[in-house]
Amino acid sequence: MATMNIIQAVNSALVNAMEADANVVVLGEDVGKFGGVFRATAGLHEKFGSDRVIDTPLSESGIIGTAIGMALYGMNPVAEIQFADFIFPGYDQIVSELAKYRYRSGGHFTTPVVVRTPYGGGIKGGLYHSQSPESLFAHIAGLKVIIPSSPYDAKGLLLSAIADDDPVIFMEPKRVYRAARGEVPETPYTIPLGEAHIVHGGDDVTVVAYGAMVHTVLEAASIAKDEHDLNVEVVDVRSLVPLDVDTIVDSAKKTGRVIVVHEAPKTCGFGAELTATIQEAAFWHLEAPIERVTGLDTPFPHTLEDEYLPDASRIVQALLRATDE
Amino acid sequence: MAIMPERPGVKPSLYSVQTLRGGLRKGTALSLKREELREIYRGMALVRAVDSRMVTLQRQGRITFYGAATGQEAAVIGSGYALDAEDWVVPALREGGIALLRGFSLSDYVNQVVGNGPDIQKGRQMPCHYGHKDANYVTLSSCIANQLPHAVGIALAMRLKGKEHISVGYMGDGATSEGDFHTSMEFAARLNAPVLFFCQNNQWAISTGVEKQTRAKSLACKANGYSMPGYRVDGNDVLAVWEVTAHAVAEIRRTGRPAFIEALTYRVGAHSTSDDPSRYRDESITQQWKKRDPLQRYKNTMIKLGHLSEDEAAQLDNEYAERVNAEITRAEAESAPKINDLFSDVYANIPKHLKRQQAQLERALSPR
Repeated sequence: MATMNIIQAVNSALVNAMEADANVVVLGEDVGKFGGVFRATAGLHEKFGSDRVIDTPLSESGIIGTAIGMALYGMNPVAEIQFADFIFPGYDQIVSELAKYRYRSGGHFTTPVVVRTPYGGGIKGGLYHSQSPESLFAHIAGLKVIIPSSPYDAKGLLLSAIADDDPVIFMEPKRVYRAARGEVPETPYTIPLGEAHIVHGGDDVTVVAYGAMVHTVLEAASIAKDEHDLNVEVVDVRSLVPLDVDTIVDSAKKTGRVIVVHEAPKTCGFGAELTATIQEAAFWHLEAPIERVTGLDTPFPHTLEDEYLPDASRIVQALLRATDE
Repeated sequence: MAIMPERPGVKPSLYSVQTLRGGLRKGTALSLKREELREIYRGMALVRAVDSRMVTLQRQGRITFYGAATGQEAAVIGSGYALDAEDWVVPALREGGIALLRGFSLSDYVNQVVGNGPDIQKGRQMPCHYGHKDANYVTLSSCIANQLPHAVGIALAMRLKGKEHISVGYMGDGATSEGDFHTSMEFAARLNAPVLFFCQNNQWAISTGVEKQTRAKSLACKANGYSMPGYRVDGNDVLAVWEVTAHAVAEIRRTGRPAFIEALTYRVGAHSTSDDPSRYRDESITQQWKKRDPLQRYKNTMIKLGHLSEDEAAQLDNEYAERVNAEITRAEAESAPKINDLFSDVYANIPKHLKRQQAQLERALSPR
């Protein structure tokens, strides 16, 4: 097994998928010779050629709309949108077309497209290279929404997404693209979509998070253990849609105390959905209000991004409030 | 008259082969055979019959909506008839007649309009949103120009899979202002996608006339910006539409590169059953266009050529009216879609959260 970061794991998944099936193609801006601005498609152009690793003109609706057409004709396109912040010109194609083809055609036409896009803050990207728009996709019936936090999950989930019959929005946490490292097989393997992962066991309090925030939460859990003797259970959602309600609710029932963390703005963020779901299913087991530690209901800032983003200290403070007897 | 792409800065041309009253222009040699010419006539007559009955049905409150192609049958059938079965049609609102031409049954058509249980879409979409895999006729959405990049992607996939088929992306004049139109033209030209863009310029996007849509001298000349041939044809002349489409299709197959056709026609009726055109346009102009009715014009040509008689035409009209009426009676008597049809096809398999919602809804509905 090799040690990989998330970029390398994504790249490895793409290589595996393209080697296994000629219908898998990659398209997007700068994905060809250049290998993508984050290097996720590095080497693919040399290996598979310009018909299967397609440098497109600069239009997100064109990238996603063309991918939809290719999928209608039996291909499995993996479209890259360079930053999630720039996905909105293609949002109409995602919401009105990609998500609805199977339903509106009575199953006659299907669109198994994967849209890969780096998301999230922490790279000094300001308003337009930092956002976390996951709830805008989780709200749309017909889409699956996947966010890995580790290299191992990134590869296994991406291979599942490519093999899946439904369209998948695959959001990659760019802040930890290189910082998160781990053992990843070079051979293909899959992790089922729709399964959360308990990345750290504990029975005092549950923290539910996904993507780059999982790493911040683990840091907070370590501080909480060392300084306050709290055993924190950390649930990595991984799959926002379909959501693994059972794993999340079981943990909530076990600890009775839950914090939800994400870096997207608070209002109508995915944390609202998690919080409502947990209280519907586990209300009588809860010992404290479910608190959300999130980004702010402001545009994403440049200079003060560390203040904007949830950090370990804010999460520890929330943990202490949740466990205050 | 030769079939030539439009050039910028030059007065737009308009290719036609029939005179306005019917009959062929001098020097016209038809490559279509008698039975093909008759098939085209039947296709147009069926569209006219279906549309006329459906508009009445909507007025009676029996269906929710209808977008007729009345006055545009030549653009619809003339272009659709120039395609092979393995080519794909990516339609806009008024190409339902092409679905019928490609084997989508009248039963399936009427089921979709009524939105009953046997409707292959299970009553999910408004009328006129047909689609069928076997007809290679892609199920449309209501969004303008959204379908055009799909036509590009389909064509690209055809090329990558080594097929010699093409796809056709249909649109109206209003769609040529949308970003997805320009993006699609750019992608198709740059990526060598064997796609035909076919614009039915009926001169009205609901109440917005084409002169308010663009300063371009024609819609066909927009293709020049993408190094793509843009043809302009009399959209009320079914033989001209067929010829220009067949020419463009042959060029696309030969070169592997896209083309654009503007068929100039006129929406003699409303945009849909939801609007009244007398509120926003001068209907005396509509009357002028009604005199250029493509079905009457082609009927005259066919009679002059000895391929059709008035009696045959009248008989056909009666036959189609009866068939459509019988299908409506049958379709209205069918059962409604089931509650399960709300939840199926959202995903390949119904996920847990939708199973829970379905169980909740069924419980909530059960006291009734």
